[in-house]
Amino acid sequence: MYGSVFNFSDNLFNELEQLQRQLNGRSIVSNIRPVARGTFPSINLGSTSTSVEVYAFIPGVDVSALDIQMDKNLLTLQGERNLDIPDEDDKATVYAQERFSGKFRRVITLPDDVDVNNVKATCKDGVLQVSIKRREETLPKRIEIQ
Amino acid sequence: MSNQEVTNQTDAPVSQQEKMTTLRPLVSIVESDTGFTLTAEIPGVPKENVEVNVENDTLTLSGAIKMETPEGMEATYAEVRDVCYKRAFTLSRELDASKIQASQANGVLTLNIPKAEHAQPRKIEVQIG
Repeated sequence: MYGSVFNFSDNLFNELEQLQRQLNGRSIVSNIRPVARGTFPSINLGSTSTSVEVYAFIPGVDVSALDIQMDKNLLTLQGERNLDIPDEDDKATVYAQERFSGKFRRVITLPDDVDVNNVKATCKDGVLQVSIKRREETLPKRIEIQ
Repeated sequence: MSNQEVTNQTDAPVSQQEKMTTLRPLVSIVESDTGFTLTAEIPGVPKENVEVNVENDTLTLSGAIKMETPEGMEATYAEVRDVCYKRAFTLSRELDASKIQASQANGVLTLNIPKAEHAQPRKIEVQIG
């Protein structure tokens, strides 16, 4: 119906959420840790049967200044983004400054079965992707009948 | 520097439908003596998907997000829900649209919009006599 970054599974709640969003013209909060609109960075979460994927939208952030930590199932992202915006003086006039500037920190709760030792982070076009594998012993297994 | 000469920060009207299905990139706009610098955040948009168009007096930025997702991934939570960024600005007349320079790095698009020669500041000697 509407394009979304990920393909949402077809269930009633998602349909309702889409509908409500359409009525409000904005996204609705659907998390136990609600964040104010405009929180930096924005985050999307996805999951597969073998991993949990975290996407953080961090345009213009120096990756070397980014700190990613995992503590059990809590993922913490923190860093700083300093914008090169000149001070207002007689030479420059700032007409719009909507972009976030300063230190940021976000904590994300992940499912309990993630493997702290199996985390991979990549960054492309200003999107940080952290891929955390699920622990092997928690993956579904087929049991052979003897 | 008068505020009236700049109409750049006002967005051109976007239809209601587009507003719902596109993301509005966050921008910063700075004017100097020689032109404007417009910085827009478009994380997730690869270089080849960035579009900058000038038609009449309207500058339009757009870009489609392209992200690699593992097969069979289901979204469990999303703050970014649309796949396209779009935003339009009205250029004022003293700007030279043909000389706009665009560059992109780390999901940030930077446009340099120079002022036309005749609009550059110059010192006027006042003759008293």
